[in-house]
Amino acid sequence: MTITVNGVHREIVSPPLTPLLAVLREELGITSAKAGCNQGGCGACTVLVDGEPRRSCLSAVGALDGAEITTVEGIGTPERLSTVQAAFHEQYGSQCGFCTPGFLIATHALLQEKAKPSREEIQEALSGHICRCTGYVKILAAIEAAAA
Amino acid sequence: MYDVQVLTPRSPEEAAEAFGDGSDLTVLGGGTIVLPEIAHARAKPKRVLMLAHSGLDRIERANGTVTIGAAVRAVELLGGDEPLATAARYVGDPEVRAQATVGGNLCAAQGEAPRGDLQAPLVVLGARVRSTGKDGERTEAVEDFLAGGPQGRLVLDVSYDDVERRTGYAAFWRPHTHHDTILAVAAARANGELRIAATGVAPHAVLLDPDDPLAGIDPRDDALASAWYRKRILPKLVARALESVG
Repeated sequence: MTITVNGVHREIVSPPLTPLLAVLREELGITSAKAGCNQGGCGACTVLVDGEPRRSCLSAVGALDGAEITTVEGIGTPERLSTVQAAFHEQYGSQCGFCTPGFLIATHALLQEKAKPSREEIQEALSGHICRCTGYVKILAAIEAAAA
Repeated sequence: MYDVQVLTPRSPEEAAEAFGDGSDLTVLGGGTIVLPEIAHARAKPKRVLMLAHSGLDRIERANGTVTIGAAVRAVELLGGDEPLATAARYVGDPEVRAQATVGGNLCAAQGEAPRGDLQAPLVVLGARVRSTGKDGERTEAVEDFLAGGPQGRLVLDVSYDDVERRTGYAAFWRPHTHHDTILAVAAARANGELRIAATGVAPHAVLLDPDDPLAGIDPRDDALASAWYRKRILPKLVARALESVG
């Protein structure tokens, strides 16, 4: 089977029940998506599947033949951060950084769908993402800055 | 990954045939329940039936009946018929709702924390479950399906009458503590008949007596709430759910 990851076609050899998260990290060496709870509850493994945010730990790769996957590596580069990445950087929206890729991906998807979401819509869209460093004030400020 | 046979049917008929009598077989719908079990090696099914391309993901409204395929995702219920649409908002979070399926919600492991947010709304809608398994296909009231348990059955779809209803829904829920609804009550009045059901007072949703909602209710203590607490909250949720039903 094949999937497209950040625009590159990849032949996958992992068995079909392997979570997409493990395929990305262990077979393809793409490590932005993090293994937090491994049961869908923390949001750290979130990636885009055909443009929609999904938990890669809950997604069997065998169900994704032909899908287009986007990780943080696909939305910006260290030299050229995406709007969302730059806003998180400028607004101190990241501390240890473990949850950050999930927040970035979910925010990216939210702003693709709605350029100027309300505070309530941001909270709803990010409700599946947990930060255990410091809280959500700076994260919300970063998202609002990215949408400004 | 251990040696496991993965079946990927391409139509509802193929899914039913591949399921057979369901022995030694685990159904993988959206993956939200089953995949972590496999990834953590808590479950080691010999055969897995993957519904991703089974064609069981359609919602149809025809001839006075609404039919929702087993692989329809919770997110697709948002904005649809109440009280199902409101209850769907309580399923996990946006990403989980984009994966979790109606069939999985009806078959969530019983005896653990209540995970079947969609069950009580389906009960008050008078929904019928069409499933296949050992003795072939059968259609039964959703409360009967829940009471019998999902073992050996593959849910194909659920359906209910497309009629005018007054509905209500009230849930007791805490954000970010866990992903389970502590207690929820759904209510619907159609053609003069009032139906009230609750999620969180038993391993699966149950129909309540409108005249005495606590009758026959015997909730258990679990990590979310004590039985004592649930019994005291239930009448309040019933009252709230009925506010919009009249």
